[in-house]
Amino acid sequence: MQEFSFIGTDTPRPDAPDKAAGKAVYIHDLTRPGMLYGKIKFSEYAHARIKNIDTSRAEKLPGVRAVITGYNTPEVRIGFIKDNFALKKGKVRQFRDEVAAVAAIDPEIAEEAVDLIRVEYEELPGVFTPEDALREDATLVHEVDVKGRPKTDNLVPVPWKFVSGDVEKAKDKAAYWAEDHFETPLIQQSCMGTAGCIAEFDLQNNLLIHTKTQIPFLAQNDFNQALVAMGLKGKNSRVIVPTLGGSFGTGLDTHGYEYISILLAYKTGRPVKIVLTREEEFTALSPRQPSKSHIIQGCDKEGKLLFRDIRMLLDNGAYTSWGATTPSVMMLPISSLYRVPNVFYETKIVYTNNTYCQAMRGYGNPQAAWPMESNMDELAEKAGMDPYEFRLKNANIPNDITPMGLHITTCGLKECLDTVAEKLTWKEKRGKGKGKARGVGIASLFHVGGSGRVYRSDGSGIILKLDDFGNVSVMSGGIEMGQGFNAALSLATAEALGVTPDKVTVITGDTATCPWDVGTHASRGAFTSCNAAISASEKARKKIFDLASEHFMPRIKSKMKKRKRKDPDFEIPDLDYERVCDPSEFDMKENMIFLKEEPENPLLRVTLGDILRAAHYKEQGTIVVTEAFYDPCNQMIDAKTCRGNVSATYIFGAQGAEVEVDLETGKVKVLNFVAAHDVGQVLSRQAIRGQIYGGVVQGLGYALTEEYRTNKGKNLNPNFLDYKILSAPDIDFPIEIKCVETHDIEGPFGAKGVGEPGLVPTAPAIANAVYDAIGVRIKSLPITPEKVLKGLAEKK
Amino acid sequence: MKKEIHFQLNGYEVSAEVESHKMLLNVLREQFHLTGTKEGCGQGECGACTVLVDGLNVDSCLYPAFEVEGKSVTTIEGLVAKGNLLHPIQKAFVEEGGIQCGFCTPGMIMSSKALLDETPHPSEDEIKRGISGNLCRCTGYVQIIESIEKAAELMETESSKATD
Repeated sequence: MQEFSFIGTDTPRPDAPDKAAGKAVYIHDLTRPGMLYGKIKFSEYAHARIKNIDTSRAEKLPGVRAVITGYNTPEVRIGFIKDNFALKKGKVRQFRDEVAAVAAIDPEIAEEAVDLIRVEYEELPGVFTPEDALREDATLVHEVDVKGRPKTDNLVPVPWKFVSGDVEKAKDKAAYWAEDHFETPLIQQSCMGTAGCIAEFDLQNNLLIHTKTQIPFLAQNDFNQALVAMGLKGKNSRVIVPTLGGSFGTGLDTHGYEYISILLAYKTGRPVKIVLTREEEFTALSPRQPSKSHIIQGCDKEGKLLFRDIRMLLDNGAYTSWGATTPSVMMLPISSLYRVPNVFYETKIVYTNNTYCQAMRGYGNPQAAWPMESNMDELAEKAGMDPYEFRLKNANIPNDITPMGLHITTCGLKECLDTVAEKLTWKEKRGKGKGKARGVGIASLFHVGGSGRVYRSDGSGIILKLDDFGNVSVMSGGIEMGQGFNAALSLATAEALGVTPDKVTVITGDTATCPWDVGTHASRGAFTSCNAAISASEKARKKIFDLASEHFMPRIKSKMKKRKRKDPDFEIPDLDYERVCDPSEFDMKENMIFLKEEPENPLLRVTLGDILRAAHYKEQGTIVVTEAFYDPCNQMIDAKTCRGNVSATYIFGAQGAEVEVDLETGKVKVLNFVAAHDVGQVLSRQAIRGQIYGGVVQGLGYALTEEYRTNKGKNLNPNFLDYKILSAPDIDFPIEIKCVETHDIEGPFGAKGVGEPGLVPTAPAIANAVYDAIGVRIKSLPITPEKVLKGLAEKK
Repeated sequence: MKKEIHFQLNGYEVSAEVESHKMLLNVLREQFHLTGTKEGCGQGECGACTVLVDGLNVDSCLYPAFEVEGKSVTTIEGLVAKGNLLHPIQKAFVEEGGIQCGFCTPGMIMSSKALLDETPHPSEDEIKRGISGNLCRCTGYVQIIESIEKAAELMETESSKATD
């Protein structure tokens, strides 16, 4: 096995000291000269015609610099299929629809001005469940499609269907099968730092926007399209990303507030800042979409899975974001978790007058894992098998090609399952805690681990710039949003180049200075950027060693002379100082260049900075800057067949819990939690632990407490008192994690992606444990005491 | 209504002209440009705005600025010693990986400070209670708790050094 200097170590994250000191600059902390504050007027109805907007009183308020509506600005279309508009005309389709906006000299005046805007509406009947929206006589959310053709139903034109083998035939052959219906709620990402941006124009009408995004380059493209709509064809957007206060998928789309800032900035000629309040973050940013799944799985007499049939209904809300592509990711575990030859999967995504949804960490996988992994336990019970043994029997193995055409390379699923079972003392506990209402449960996960080609390019660029002192700037198009991207990238660069991590500065989040990157999503940041950094480092080493062949011995000679000047007793050793070394003779580690044949000789070592300065400060000198673009060996999913090896490698994992149910109150108490993840190879130990712990606790919130509640499209719990994310005292049980290292061939130093998986199997693991404890199967999240008590009552 | 208030801020005597509806958070961020104190919710639910007033951790977003008259306020910036030396709690958060996006971090560290000043050797439960008003969405709290345990050790080492 390869030995590393920095990879896999506990080296502190490079972004941590400034964050600890309160010096990191988030969008909330940024101001620009002459900046105005923007505020949005949102709809007061879920579905209504706009009859009139009266902005006259707002315009007269002292301190107001602009009031805009859809009627006095160019039409700017936004969204994945461009079915949304920055400002609405004609009608509103959800409570958060933007009908007007204001820019003023301070936030309080902006707020007052928004209150002075009067909008007359004619309320329309709305549709608030996907089932209602699918009725033949349902009110249409959109009367026409994006091309202006009349629409006859509320279906979002993004159908997803995957078929492999023959599920109907397999149903006939199956000895056992289990069928059920499962639901997941809307989930708010709950970033501690709310969303916001500052837009401004230079005197050539190019846009500069500081904004909270995970996709600066796709956002640049989106904003450039908006500039065209504004009559500014040929003008460019520069996107700069400040420190992000969490993102979890919120930054995968461009948002109404960004376009409104742009429109206000253009109208006023001043920078305009919009930052969402916490309430607006809940009500006006897109949550994770809710799902309803009907699932049937079957196996033969020996417990081998024969088929899986899943039909899903997703509530899109009123407009379409990239979230509408989450079924393409759901398809991966649905087609490929465990070895299952016959698969049928179909999803309908439906417009409603609810808040429109987007992706959140896991990109659909938490919605897929919930029915699949709950139903696996139901099937195991039907087959009379232990659910852990049942999973082991069907576990994926290396070198499988799955029905979707996914090439499994490395696969640690069995080891993850074994780890969880061992740490939970599964054999002693499973099925034996009913007297105490205690139980254990387990669930697995499958996810992309080598990026995911959802866009035509799945690439990540890196520029390495070395300076006179041997410092290395790593310019990356990826984004640090808290996950530890900078930590992984600085360690990988240090390792690959042969410098110490303190010499490495990661620079991200500026489309003008950083190379293109599709975005930080799909657990891909470290995987693709570290691979690019390794290539760029190899190029840099080649250049450095080329320069060393000329400068190494002369630098040694001058070092000797210097030493002799300081210490007259020093004897200059007799070496061939005129020797021109071959570049292949050199190696570099921890900022020192030395000859491979004499790595330990203290006399024959020169710092990287020495060589770089010697090469720079001479006639016709040179500097070292290299670049690399890593685009993984993966494929787009074929639109017709829904097949394609979408990721360069895949992640596996298993989580398990021991729980105790309070039979009086229905409360589920977690006693112990274990998470074992196939991570390929640990890059930054600090960051990877944080990703798994953090994922698990988000998953526990999803399992037990979180639900974004609505009534006829209106959010009822837009705050942290009523939307309950877990706090420290809630974690009153041990969480044990294990990183299973399978050393992936495509991964940088063997690593796979780790960003999302931590929360994928958590909820079904808890539900399976609850079933083991009390024999009640909870089918909709979150697992509230009310549902548990209801289940207990029904069982009696 | 406007009023001039006088208080001690990170060891310095300061004054500011403040409107009656302003909270301490607004004054710190807008008038003193101490943006290390974060606004996560503006309604006392998340703890990102935690500062110390006379040594006690408070949500500065709910603390009327007028009430700080004559009191002593410490913000995250005030923990950093001359020469850019991180306070042992800040150091512990860096070393133990208690920081991800960092938005909750200043508030989390200020609550930890109040806890450790009162209870130098807290149990795990005491730590969890001490930061119960500080929400974090990234870490799952595990490494934050480890950071505070480490901070207690570092602070003890420092104080024993100081008395040597």
